[in-house]
Amino acid sequence: MIRFILRRLLQVIPVFLGTTLLVYYMVFALPGDPIAALFGDRQPPQAVIDTLRSQYHLDQPFWVQYGLFLKNLFTFNLGNDFTGQPIAASLARVFPVTAMLAIEALAIQAIFGVAFGVFAGLRRGGWFDSTVLVASLVVIAIPTFVLGFVFQLVFGVQLGWAKPTVGANANWVTLLLPAVVLGLVSFAYVLRLTRASVSENMNADYVRTATAKGLSRPRVVMAHILRNSLIPVVTYLGANLGGLMGGAIVTEGIFNVPGVGNKLYQAVLRSEGPTIVSIVSVLVLVFVVANLLVDLLYAWLDPRIRYDQ
Amino acid sequence: MRFTRTSKALGIVAIAALALTGCGAGGGGSTDGSSNAAGDPNKVITAYSNEPQNPLLPANTNEVYGGRVVNLLFEGLRSYDANGKAVNALADSIESSDAQNWTIKVKQGQKFTNGEAITAKTFVDSWNFAANSKNLQNNGFFFESIAGYDDVSAVNSVKGADGKTTTTPAPKADTMSGLKATDDSTITVKLAQPEADWSLRLGYSAFYPLPSAALADPKTYGENPVGNGPYKFEKQGSWVHDQSITLVKNADYKGTREAKNGGVTFKFYTDPGPAYTDLQSDNLDVSDVLPSNALKTYVNDFPGRNATKPVATDSTLNIPGYNPNFQGEAGKLRRQALSYAINREEIAKVVFNGTRTPAKAFAPPVIDGFKEGIKGSEVLNFDPAKAKDLWAQANKIQPYDDSKPLQIASNTDGGNKEWIDAVANGFKNNLGIQAEIQPFAKFAEVLNLRKSQQLPGLTRAGWQGDYPSLYNFLGPVWATGASSNYEKYSNPEFDKLLKEGLAAKSTDEANAKFNQAQEILFQDLPGLPLWDQARAIVWSNNVVKAETGWNGEILYYGITAK
Repeated sequence: MIRFILRRLLQVIPVFLGTTLLVYYMVFALPGDPIAALFGDRQPPQAVIDTLRSQYHLDQPFWVQYGLFLKNLFTFNLGNDFTGQPIAASLARVFPVTAMLAIEALAIQAIFGVAFGVFAGLRRGGWFDSTVLVASLVVIAIPTFVLGFVFQLVFGVQLGWAKPTVGANANWVTLLLPAVVLGLVSFAYVLRLTRASVSENMNADYVRTATAKGLSRPRVVMAHILRNSLIPVVTYLGANLGGLMGGAIVTEGIFNVPGVGNKLYQAVLRSEGPTIVSIVSVLVLVFVVANLLVDLLYAWLDPRIRYDQ
Repeated sequence: MRFTRTSKALGIVAIAALALTGCGAGGGGSTDGSSNAAGDPNKVITAYSNEPQNPLLPANTNEVYGGRVVNLLFEGLRSYDANGKAVNALADSIESSDAQNWTIKVKQGQKFTNGEAITAKTFVDSWNFAANSKNLQNNGFFFESIAGYDDVSAVNSVKGADGKTTTTPAPKADTMSGLKATDDSTITVKLAQPEADWSLRLGYSAFYPLPSAALADPKTYGENPVGNGPYKFEKQGSWVHDQSITLVKNADYKGTREAKNGGVTFKFYTDPGPAYTDLQSDNLDVSDVLPSNALKTYVNDFPGRNATKPVATDSTLNIPGYNPNFQGEAGKLRRQALSYAINREEIAKVVFNGTRTPAKAFAPPVIDGFKEGIKGSEVLNFDPAKAKDLWAQANKIQPYDDSKPLQIASNTDGGNKEWIDAVANGFKNNLGIQAEIQPFAKFAEVLNLRKSQQLPGLTRAGWQGDYPSLYNFLGPVWATGASSNYEKYSNPEFDKLLKEGLAAKSTDEANAKFNQAQEILFQDLPGLPLWDQARAIVWSNNVVKAETGWNGEILYYGITAK
């Protein structure tokens, strides 16, 4: 097991170098001078522009820029963004906010998605099953930004149950509304995955055996059907966590959440290479760790799966 | 404030339909005004903003979101009233007999909020700091008129092996020779040459006084600035990056801009959409940036709670002199023809929903000294017959190269595509030539190509006044070698008239010269004036009323909470 984890962690290195290199190059290749773009039609003195340019190594060739970035990264000094703020500090501000949002959204999908999915799967063809199938299809069909605006208008403005935007006071309560919007689409997928998996496993031999040897219905459902049905669901949720941490740019935009998505969007607009790649670096780690956790969960869910040998 | 990237202008909604405002404000305004005349002076109001781009040093702040904070934190020698008139603030008097040698008397007993006294020396030190090239202040060039600026702002330009020049600061002096504090209350300024409108600039943020802490460590100071204006930072760290800035009333402030509320919290929005929702649900009190899809609805969404006012911002369509089609006598006729072929009235109405007014000159009407009907300004009228006629005349002199369409370069992210398409269609239909937009994803790309003179066709340009002066709309944009004259227009006669205007004894005399200079611009048409902007603002049910100043900035200090 330990060797498996180590091997997986070692894989991070090539993945990390590859992604940062690609992203850095794409930002580098963006047309236009980012420093000149910071200012308007009337530019500051040339000395200001040139000093900023050399400060951010924009006057250097690509390999030098990328090398310097890597060097900074390994010395834990991410440098400053174009507004002169330390990048490390802004990452420390945005990631907790997005993490809260992602965890809330993930909890909503996991708890409600699995619960509804099990109920629907156990009574396949029943009225509950038919209703949630149609409802989930509707949710999947509606784009997130439409859901976002509708929820914001109905719950934020008309009913006044929640603040329509998050802004400076991001906490579990204010983030609930965007988390619901964010979680809703994946909730529908989780529900459908669970339902399909559960209804398939209901006819499996081990379920019949468990029922035949006199286990109670709840025990059969929880320990045998559900546990075996969770593998595809966990895979999906794990991949989803990475996506959620990457910042839901649309949802964060609609609800003015000061999170990763908003920061990333701003950085892209400004062609701020170091900020973008720093965020991406953290995301690479999040993805790798999330996928590792999923793999480890497999072994727990299905003891037949072994990673050593 | 600078005309920042126009992608931001996406939401900077400008409404000129005064009739519209009339109904909007008239309906609820009268009753609102009387019943809520006495508001709560201690409540803190919230306002739309975004993350400032630089540490909050006045001479370094050249974008709107930092600018609005700086303007509330500081008071300069002069300030501008709502109509753009410069009035003395910390100055007792500003005098000059020859427009070159100025004597400024500074009010005594003024203090920063940290208790440091403000004397003539404070201003001299602050200005020398801002002008010094090694301090890298974005607005350092505002002191260029003062004698000795060249030494303080000197730079070293080195041409590298790759042919690119790199400029580094290399000041030859620490103080400007023309700037002196003769005693605690007197500043004497000697300009390099006479400038009649020089004193008009003294209300601009670059001229604000700085406490000694700012000069010692600008970066640290810029995070928690200490000023002398109607507001101060609530506490150390009031600037929460990417989220908000909270200001509270400065009780010691004695001036014309005394705060009528307990403070202002600037909430940062990366998009005007959520802000609009917050305004509708009274979670945000005032905003000057509306999402473009709210243009048609904001008057109904905020009955009695909206206002529009023309601001000092104009737009032109610049024609580079290096394009062979627009050179010589034929080029002159063609430039006129293009101007006649633009239906400014209709585009302002249909494309901008009345959020622009057709240009009448090379400066907007809100500027003091603006004159309508300058000789040659008839080219701003829409006259397709005349356009066709002039175009045909030009073709007789020199045939037009129509092998490639006439391109209009612009970034397309700021809602620019719609009006450029309309203008291009005007060229196509009225002149019978090919015309199209040359689209760019970002403002930076266009700017780069403009600077290096690589744009094949026309280009969009905009200018927002730094201070309410006619010269500010002409000098920096059209004078030979001026900082924003990217198309490198040059006419010695125009330069001469500007210089004469600057040397004039009175503002009226100066403005007459500047308007005469505009006649030359109308002959040469290096750019076609298009339209002027107005600013629309809306406010929530929590506040009584809001108003904008001459440059479109909300007068936050005048807002009373209910």
